[in-house]
Amino acid sequence: MSDQNSYYVPHETKLPFLTTVAIVIMFIGAANYMNGSASGMTIMLIGLALIFLMAYVWFSEVVSESEGGIYNDQVDISFRWGMVWFIFSEVMFFAAFFGALYYARELSLPWLGGDGYKITTNIVLWPQFENVWPSNGPANSGGDFIVMGAGGIPAINTLLLLTSGLTVTYAHHGLKEQDRSKLIIGLVLTVLLGFTFVGFQAYEYIHAYNDLNLTMSSGIYGSTFYMLTGFHGFHVTLGAIMLTVILFRCAKGHFSGDNHFGFEAVAWYWHFVDVVWLGLFVFVYWL
Amino acid sequence: MSANIHDIHDQHHHTPSGLMRWITTTNHKDIGSLYLWFSLVMFFIGGFMALIIRAELFEPGLQLVIPGFFNQMTTMHALIMIFGAVMPAFVGLANWQIPIMIGAPDMALPRLNNWSFWILPFAFTMLLSTLFFDSGGPAAGWTLYPPLSLQGGNSMPFVILSIHLLGISSILGAINVIATILNMRAPGMTLMKMPIFIWTWLITAFLLIAAMPVLAGAITMLLTDRFFGTSFFTASGGGDPVMFQHIFWFFGHPEVYILILPAFGIVSTIIPAFSRKKLFGYDSMVYATASIALLSFIVWAHHMFTVGMPLAGEIFFMLTTMLIAVPTGVKVFNWVATMWKGSMTFETPMLFALAFIILFTIGGFSGLMLAMTPADFQYHDTYFVVAHFHYVLVPGAVFAIIAAVYYWLPKWTGKMYSESLGKLHFWLTTVFVNVTFFPMHFVGLAGMPRRIPDYPVQFADFNAIASVGAFGFGLSQILFVYILYNTLKKDVTADDKVWDGAEGLEWTLSSPPPYHSFEKAPRVE
Repeated sequence: MSDQNSYYVPHETKLPFLTTVAIVIMFIGAANYMNGSASGMTIMLIGLALIFLMAYVWFSEVVSESEGGIYNDQVDISFRWGMVWFIFSEVMFFAAFFGALYYARELSLPWLGGDGYKITTNIVLWPQFENVWPSNGPANSGGDFIVMGAGGIPAINTLLLLTSGLTVTYAHHGLKEQDRSKLIIGLVLTVLLGFTFVGFQAYEYIHAYNDLNLTMSSGIYGSTFYMLTGFHGFHVTLGAIMLTVILFRCAKGHFSGDNHFGFEAVAWYWHFVDVVWLGLFVFVYWL
Repeated sequence: MSANIHDIHDQHHHTPSGLMRWITTTNHKDIGSLYLWFSLVMFFIGGFMALIIRAELFEPGLQLVIPGFFNQMTTMHALIMIFGAVMPAFVGLANWQIPIMIGAPDMALPRLNNWSFWILPFAFTMLLSTLFFDSGGPAAGWTLYPPLSLQGGNSMPFVILSIHLLGISSILGAINVIATILNMRAPGMTLMKMPIFIWTWLITAFLLIAAMPVLAGAITMLLTDRFFGTSFFTASGGGDPVMFQHIFWFFGHPEVYILILPAFGIVSTIIPAFSRKKLFGYDSMVYATASIALLSFIVWAHHMFTVGMPLAGEIFFMLTTMLIAVPTGVKVFNWVATMWKGSMTFETPMLFALAFIILFTIGGFSGLMLAMTPADFQYHDTYFVVAHFHYVLVPGAVFAIIAAVYYWLPKWTGKMYSESLGKLHFWLTTVFVNVTFFPMHFVGLAGMPRRIPDYPVQFADFNAIASVGAFGFGLSQILFVYILYNTLKKDVTADDKVWDGAEGLEWTLSSPPPYHSFEKAPRVE
């Protein structure tokens, strides 16, 4: 085929510009909301809806191009590199929050507790403070709280995500072996596991706020807990939505045994949120 | 499907005209030009703010602006010059040059390319609009240190979200650069045969992808600390304001190299062309660039020696910082060795590249002074630091950008700039840049703090000289705009191979190059 020889350079496109407009609307709404403006939330939600709309339109175009067979192998490799480096950027984003957790536990709390050469900080500023993790700091920010243990929901969630990593691989084998029912079953299970995880996570938050008095204001423990699990939960939600899209595409007969980058990209992303969760489970819940 | 392909090849015959052409373009040259023009505009806006600062500092006392506004100017000047002028200029050069230097038809992900550019005008509109808020723009410095930055007015969430936009743009742009370089090279162009500019951009793109998300994390924590009750940077909640500095500079130091590595690539391209010799030590240049990039992740705390770190930390960061002088020294040595016994000529790009080597090295040496922890206790937060980073950024990064524009402008436009005007621009710029920034070393060593609108009378003379230099420098850049205008309206065409000593695939194309650079990939031996 002639198109396999030339690298596909797309038509002129309005999508990126319009997507930017949508993001900016959301950001302006968010900033106004934070500044206490009444209309901020509405503007933000409108922007968010527009982002979803733009994502739908943009991905539809890419999907139809892909199904039209105008991407050659070289284009496929560009997409692969793009996804790999995007996931790397996400890893670094989480690294910042893991770094904050590490810093708080290993440096700032021990120093506040009078460790090492910072003994005067403790004596002069917080003489009553003893460094014990988990901590909401010397001022008991947010009041007494109960810690979220690693057993129970977090342990179940770990099992759910690890299992979903297996089911998505099962689906991938189905795709490669041209076994559509295996593919669909694997994906359905993965999506269900993913959304169940999100549901449990939401339940855990409600429980933490209502029963444990563990909130974002619960000092550094609450801060790192909600920041890390929150952004992770957001990424799982995103990943589960992406998996759902892939599921619908598979049901429509998209992808072939040797050409299914869209599937693989989402699978990579799913494994990435899985690995981040393991880090969370160990460092946020367990240790 | 074949109709589709037909369409693709024909599209440049019916591209939309006017503004829509630029909004919808997926062409690397169009997007490169957009980036470069945008950067030029930002350079003047940021420069105007610098002139407000220098006008206020022309003599002691408060004359022109109130201190709060002065602080907004220093903050905005830095944000605009870093994220609006220098970074987009390098991305613009990458867009123009990477495909035509590696023999590709376009960038690997053209729609993404359009997206990463069009985020910028929105982000800067949002950022600049905060200056018109009742509570004013950000005034805590571009480093946004808490607790000061948490105490800002209504501008704070706008500033942070606009920086998020800039981060998205940079990451997307960097992903595109990496995908292009790794996947789109002409057959036969192995990694170690790539032009050195491509190498430096590959490494820069890696730095961008590794560093920008960390900044996103840091400023997100600022936002939640201010609005959602978290205590990352509040000691009473168990956090630490110094933690922000650590996370910020973990981004910030790689960012510094993001601003200079492409400049190294440009200078390493121009020096051989006008010395009519191959670049001395190509391999060592590549390894030196990679070492600088890797080292940049373990030196961050040298920005905060006085903050009260444990001694082990001070010593570790002092030594790793000094280690960077080794690969940087390799580079300077290689540039000099490239010129050794070359048959050199001194066209405008070469003049800027030569000035780069000398003046950047001055900035490098003052960096070494700052790297020494005990000495830094005196220099920290003085004008000596301001002198240092302006020497590496203005006659460093900005000179390299200007050199690159002179070097490739005839290729891009097919028209030759006026050599005599270019030389005049060079001399004015070089003289004034030194008049501006050299005296800052002296006032800094004598103890003048940075980011203040007023100062003791003893610093008056040097400050007056610096202010005169700044206005001279600013006015000289109007000449640059005139040279660009003058070149574009000419009808004298430039040769395909503009410089007889230049090497690389871009010189095998016509001047200006065809809309789709290499329809058929060339073979590199």
